[in-house]
Amino acid sequence: MNIYGDHGNLQVIVRRLEWYGYTPKVVSYNVGDKLPKNPDIIIGGGGQDSGQLKIHADLLKIGPTLKQWANDGTPMLMVCGLYQLFGHFFRTLNNVMIEGIGILDVETYGTNERLIGNIITTSDKFGDIIGYENHSGQTYLGDSAHPFATVVRGAGNNAKDGHEGALYKNVIGTYLHGSILPKNPAVADFLIKTAVKRKYGSFSKDLIDDMFATMAREVARDRPR
Amino acid sequence: MPQSLTIILGKAVRYAARLRGGGSALPGLFVERISPSFVPDTLAQLPNGIVVISGTNGKTTTTKMVVALLESQGLKVFTNRTGSNFVRGVAAALLGEIDMKGKLDADIAVLELDEAHAVKFVEVVPPRYSLLLNVMRDQLDRFGEIDTTARMLDQIAVATTDTVVVNREDERLRTVGSLITGKTVRYFGLHDTLLSQFPTDDEMHEAASATKKKPAQRPDADVVLKNFNEQGAAFTINGKDFVTPLKLKGVYNIYNSAAALALVRTIVPKASINSLLGALSTVTPAFGRGETLTVAGHPLELVLVKNPAGFRLGLESYDSEGYATMIAINDNYADGRDMSWLWDVDFTSLSKDSVYVTGVRAYDMALRLQYDEVSMEKVNTELAKALAEFIELHPDTPKRIYCTYTAMLTLRKELSKITRVEVVS
Repeated sequence: MNIYGDHGNLQVIVRRLEWYGYTPKVVSYNVGDKLPKNPDIIIGGGGQDSGQLKIHADLLKIGPTLKQWANDGTPMLMVCGLYQLFGHFFRTLNNVMIEGIGILDVETYGTNERLIGNIITTSDKFGDIIGYENHSGQTYLGDSAHPFATVVRGAGNNAKDGHEGALYKNVIGTYLHGSILPKNPAVADFLIKTAVKRKYGSFSKDLIDDMFATMAREVARDRPR
Repeated sequence: MPQSLTIILGKAVRYAARLRGGGSALPGLFVERISPSFVPDTLAQLPNGIVVISGTNGKTTTTKMVVALLESQGLKVFTNRTGSNFVRGVAAALLGEIDMKGKLDADIAVLELDEAHAVKFVEVVPPRYSLLLNVMRDQLDRFGEIDTTARMLDQIAVATTDTVVVNREDERLRTVGSLITGKTVRYFGLHDTLLSQFPTDDEMHEAASATKKKPAQRPDADVVLKNFNEQGAAFTINGKDFVTPLKLKGVYNIYNSAAALALVRTIVPKASINSLLGALSTVTPAFGRGETLTVAGHPLELVLVKNPAGFRLGLESYDSEGYATMIAINDNYADGRDMSWLWDVDFTSLSKDSVYVTGVRAYDMALRLQYDEVSMEKVNTELAKALAEFIELHPDTPKRIYCTYTAMLTLRKELSKITRVEVVS
């Protein structure tokens, strides 16, 4: 499920870790693979609806392990399609129930309306989060779920609630492409810092020149939806 | 409204729009509004019918090849050569070609149509032949997702009355081809040894690590691209091997020449293969698609990039050694608003160079290059100023500019002030 530029998220995690002086090891997990032992960060992307079906059975199989890791505090970033399947279910327009793995207390419903365009959100933890959304599934948060951010401009989880994504422990579910991490280094550094602290006990942040990210954010703010 | 009046009014608007220096779509829009049957009625006269060429990448250059090949066989061809490939673009092109009685002096129409517009077009004007090039990730902000695009091409296939020519290496299109009934399907393809050079979007990130994949079961192809280099290409056509020199650049253009050959062999079955290859060898790239201009005695190439597969193949096709490189990224509607696609392109092949970055989204591009550790000589969002400075910085070096569609239009306009730029009407 990597068709939508979400590969950028992996590149950003890897490079920033290298720039901070670590040697990251990337393990790509595909349907049927053996899960690695105790990964430090888990990221997953969006995909075609057909791609979602292809991975579904396998995801349910590894779901309990992922849930265990999530509860233990492993940082994860799940974008779009996998955000939806990290919830309880996705109910399609034809009333087909696609069961999720229930790490996030959210449910998603297929609609005829595609929420598409540049989006700006904001959160106390990460500041403004800037990206691009493109989804027809609309997601509703359950009682125990916390939104990832509040929508400033754009749609977010659904057409009416005004919030975007979900956050549970260190698991982020979001609709933001762009990719999300390059233009939002604060989110990238949250995942990195959490992982490094869990592994080594402390994390001292070296300086990375994020000038291009800052400028790209400024330009994106003013672009049409 | 009587057709004769439509024609007079349409031609008048076209003339006025050209005086104003405007685009090609306005007169077409006008005609479409006042007489929706203008396009189907006019095209219905053609003795050899209509050909529709669609797909994500390479439509314009492939159309140019198909036209050249058909003309080499003595056919008079009507085409929408501006790349203004909407129904109204076709209407505008027709207005320029017909006489006042509405008669089109042509044997066959070859139309390049954007997938979404092709679907609307074929509802009104069923093509006799269609050519389905590829389905790649492009403009997902408009079409939603790749499978949606594939369904659009399926609708074109269904509407085609005689023969559908299909890229057998595109898994989604192979499925489209396998489901066609009641008409002929022909394929063009790649030799097994070339498959790894054309990874699909689905395979893109696996391509580097994947061990040699066993090719899937594929149907026989009339034209197979067997090999190619800087000078030309080797094809297997109807089981026999041929070699020809080519002026086209870029691996995807060369592959699409196999598509053009397969299509024209379908339309003109008696055409000799040698005469077709002779005509193909003289075709030059379409404007902005590897087009070479001359600035102060040195070549300047414009390479249009619209989507990850196209950008990646562009970077693979052209060696950056000895060239000054610029990348111009806009995000206007025609380019696509979403910048995600830049993260599906690997830019490490530019890591020995220092790239000039421009366009509305120059900083998104700069950010992308930063993460591939490619150095930049300058980032400047203002295209015209950036172009002037880029030329000034590299007076004695050949130059290459990778640009999105609207950036290309601006760059060509600026370049026309200092060099000869072919006017495309």
